[in-house]
Amino acid sequence: MIKAILVFNNHGKPRLSKFYQYFAEDMQQQIIKETFQLVSKRDDNVCNFLEGGSLIGGSDYKLIYRHYATLYFVFCVDSSESELGILDLIQVFVETLDKCFENVCELDLIFHVDKVHFILNELVMGGMVLETNMNEILTRIEDQNKLEKQEAGISAAPARAVSAVKNMNIPQQIKDIKLPDLPQAIKDLKF
Amino acid sequence: MALKKVKGNIERMFDKNLTDLVRGIRNNKENEAKYISQCMEDIKQELRQDNLTVKSNAIAKLTYLQMLGYDISWAGFNIIEVMSSNKFTLKRIGYLAASQSFHCESELLMLTTNMIRKELNSQNQYESGLALTSLSCYISTDLARDLSNDILTLLSSTKPYIRKKAVLMMYKVFLKYPEALRPSFPRLKEKLEDPDPGVQSAAVNVVCELARKNPKNYLSLAPVFFKLMTTSTNNWMLIKIIKLFGALTPLEPRLGKKLIEPLTNLIHSTSAMSLLYECINTVIAVLISISSGMPNHAASIQLCVQKLRILIEDSDQNLKYLGLLAMSKILKTHPKSVQAHKDLILQCLEDKDESIRLRALDLLYGMVSKKNLMEIVKKLMVHMDKAEGTVYRDELLSKIILICSQNNYQFITNFEWYITVLVELAQMEFGSKQGHVIAAQLMDVCIRVLAIRSFAVTEMAQLLDVYSSTSQFTIMQDVLYAAAWLAGEFASGLEDPEQTLRCMLKYKSLPQHIESVFIHNILKLFAHILKKYETAKQYENILELCDTINTKLSESIKSAELEVQERASTALIIINIVKEEITARKNSKLIDADHDRPEEEDLIAGEILSLFNGELNPVAPKAQKKVPVPDGLDLDAWINEPIELTSDSDNETDDMENLFVKPEKFESENRNEKYKYEPTEDDLKKSREARKYEQQNNPHYLKGITLSERSSSNGNDNLENIPVAELNLNLPPLKVMNQKRSDKYLDLQKEEKKSKKKSKKKKKHRKSESSSDDNADLAPTVEVKRDLELPEGATLSDSDSDHNNLDDPHRALDIDLDLPPVGDVMSKKVDRKESKDKKVKNKSKKKEERDKTKKSEKQKAKKKEKVENLLKLTAEEETKGGEETKLEDKGKKPKKDKKKSKEKGKNKTRKSTSDYEEALGISTPTKEKYSN
Repeated sequence: MIKAILVFNNHGKPRLSKFYQYFAEDMQQQIIKETFQLVSKRDDNVCNFLEGGSLIGGSDYKLIYRHYATLYFVFCVDSSESELGILDLIQVFVETLDKCFENVCELDLIFHVDKVHFILNELVMGGMVLETNMNEILTRIEDQNKLEKQEAGISAAPARAVSAVKNMNIPQQIKDIKLPDLPQAIKDLKF
Repeated sequence: MALKKVKGNIERMFDKNLTDLVRGIRNNKENEAKYISQCMEDIKQELRQDNLTVKSNAIAKLTYLQMLGYDISWAGFNIIEVMSSNKFTLKRIGYLAASQSFHCESELLMLTTNMIRKELNSQNQYESGLALTSLSCYISTDLARDLSNDILTLLSSTKPYIRKKAVLMMYKVFLKYPEALRPSFPRLKEKLEDPDPGVQSAAVNVVCELARKNPKNYLSLAPVFFKLMTTSTNNWMLIKIIKLFGALTPLEPRLGKKLIEPLTNLIHSTSAMSLLYECINTVIAVLISISSGMPNHAASIQLCVQKLRILIEDSDQNLKYLGLLAMSKILKTHPKSVQAHKDLILQCLEDKDESIRLRALDLLYGMVSKKNLMEIVKKLMVHMDKAEGTVYRDELLSKIILICSQNNYQFITNFEWYITVLVELAQMEFGSKQGHVIAAQLMDVCIRVLAIRSFAVTEMAQLLDVYSSTSQFTIMQDVLYAAAWLAGEFASGLEDPEQTLRCMLKYKSLPQHIESVFIHNILKLFAHILKKYETAKQYENILELCDTINTKLSESIKSAELEVQERASTALIIINIVKEEITARKNSKLIDADHDRPEEEDLIAGEILSLFNGELNPVAPKAQKKVPVPDGLDLDAWINEPIELTSDSDNETDDMENLFVKPEKFESENRNEKYKYEPTEDDLKKSREARKYEQQNNPHYLKGITLSERSSSNGNDNLENIPVAELNLNLPPLKVMNQKRSDKYLDLQKEEKKSKKKSKKKKKHRKSESSSDDNADLAPTVEVKRDLELPEGATLSDSDSDHNNLDDPHRALDIDLDLPPVGDVMSKKVDRKESKDKKVKNKSKKKEERDKTKKSEKQKAKKKEKVENLLKLTAEEETKGGEETKLEDKGKKPKKDKKKSKEKGKNKTRKSTSDYEEALGISTPTKEKYSN
């Protein structure tokens, strides 16, 4: 069984947390913190398994993680899971993310946590591995996305119009226009 | 109405959505908490509106905040509202929030039962899939009971997507509502042969999890799994099946024998490391379970060890780690075959990866011999110097002690070396718990090995010397415990007992158990010295010593710890008695000078020494059982006849019964009756004042320092005012123990070896003698006392340690499926009251169990037959194999093609891994800007 799946960045900021066993929110934060401390001090060329982690699990549990650029993907699993199997699963997860977000980066995870959750739900359910075949996973995700789009089409035009207006997102567009240039210009001035 | 709607829509335009929230948090890094609390207010506002879209937006934001550590359980009801939306988009948000924040004890879950049931039976497979996924995160006992039938029907859904999820969901149901397992097990079994590989894999997964408890239930499934194992190409499922077999083989050795061949075939053929590793693991489990020697037994072990060696030699640290892990399993039963790879394991000790070093340390246990022990320990000591972090150091320490002390110090040839190693270890820094490990080891060695005592005692004296003369104390205090005790107990080995005594007298504040040992052993040492002086009639010296001890002990007598106090006062009185006696003798000696030597019997020292007489021997735990009960002693007989119960009061009779069992209760009850006194307000005030006054005047009371006091005392300006005692410049020479003294023994050993080699060469001229055994030429010269024998039937491990762990979530699944069910539980709904009242349940369960055990004995015989038949079946199947597979091939061809294409897909993804890793790192510049 998988007890928890955590994704955080190089500074320990959580990007995704999924606990398959109940922990109160503050405990969850402590676990993320502890896990980050354990994982972050390890070099990239050491093995991806870690025992210990006093808060979550115990002797039967292992932390299995992968480090991609700015993100750590950590799975906390018990002895009934195969270590190398879980490493493969992390790979499948990340590759699926990559397909869904087209060249995924940390920002995608930051702004679309909900979508990441939906993707993860197609891989793991209630701490058990649901599907490891990436094509199958991708079809399921696409199907559900289509369903959402359809709904947006059927469900009354006004809502759609509003969302369209909303998508214009005027304040943001103003920001978008300004931001790329201004800070850079200021920086150029200073340095 | 329309206007209102338009208005609402316009308002919504300016609502923050999730993206805005995330962006806002990123822009307000300095006062994040403030910004979020502001957002929380907005969210609460939004949740008050009727529009579900607005609500779902708020809930989506809450889900994000939950990840950041904010409690969102207050919004539980709103989450349920959003879940009940009939739009998939909104529902999805609601169910996600539920799966993140609900847990099986949420009271709100009661409200969800019908909604989830409706969802489960939805026409849209994604809606029921959504409900299943979400439910799996927070299913409660009530939900499991109420929904188990609905989920069970989903097992036969036409859509594989639903079947797959329902199968996994059943496991969660079993965990919460074990009664569902028995009736639904046949259905689950069917799913093992589902046409869809995903469903198959899920079913295998569930059975694997179930088999963690009471695996013998699933022995009957072995043939199905066996077939799956030989036909499937899905590595993920194969791994699970092989893991399951690993759990089953200890129960049925014949299964193991059957498994070895296909497993070794897999080991040879597979290219997937994960599968290879699990195969090796299971083969090891099989070999462990087969106790009798099989003909190809050694061959498979050899194969495993060989493959593991390849893993360990691989540059991939993960494989190295796992290889070592599997090696340690082999080590337990086949140490010889692992020892062949000693070089490799020693090499892993040097690895830069701590996890790998730790695993290699585990293996070291089986690697040592008399010849290489010193060298290995030397290596570990070097590691100890370099190691950062106490975890690894502690592990190193315990491993050093373990390998040295195993089998009653079997591999130690030079105990002087071992003592020096221990003393060196004592001077390093460890976690808090390590001191007593070293202390226990020191004491153990000295008690068991007579020859080493004098050497050890001098070492201890030195330790005590260092302790007393250095202000910055680096030796772990617990080691002092051993040092003091050894110096006292084996005082005859001391070179200069008086010097040691004076060192011990300089003890500073110590933990109480150590301080009391110090006091006690000061007394022992004193007795020893007393004898010397007394025979030499140096009464002056004795008196002076008495005074020194007196002054020190009168400090300890004020200790807050009872044990220290008691020991100190006892010692003090003994010393005083001696002092009086000695003064008397001194005076009498002055008068009566003809008496030259006091008679041996007259010595006071003799009497005091007799206090500490007797040799200590190592005793095995539970050795007490071996002591026979003397004739005529009846342990059950009354010592005094029980007092006749004459009084009528019930209370008293109760007390009488408790006379031996609960004396405290007895006392307190009585006391309560006697002093039923309620203080009035005034009384309380008075007593409070009295207490304050007492506290102020009591020098032993630790007074709380007020904040201002504390800050002023910590302030820098006060530093100069601290009275500094003038240093006595007549310092004794700084005593530092030589750190690397243990090395000399190693050098010594090497020299010995060289000389031996030379002599061997000479020998070889005469006889070509080869010593295959490392231990042969280094015979121990010292005798080690062994434990007294264990009584028959007593084991070292506690037999009662195997009780069930109460925290184990799988505990409930310990059900014997082969037994006939105790009524159809699924149809019979258990009363709520009963399910809540656990005590009642437990009682009834126990009864059931008792009945079951009676039945099970009859069943066992039947079961055996069953299993035998099954095994026969598999054998037949195998022989038929050729024909059958051909027949099956026709039917399964399209499916196999699918599998192949899947495999191809997998291979593709594997290849692209490296490309991919780069891709992830490069965050597209446009996106980066967007975020700013």
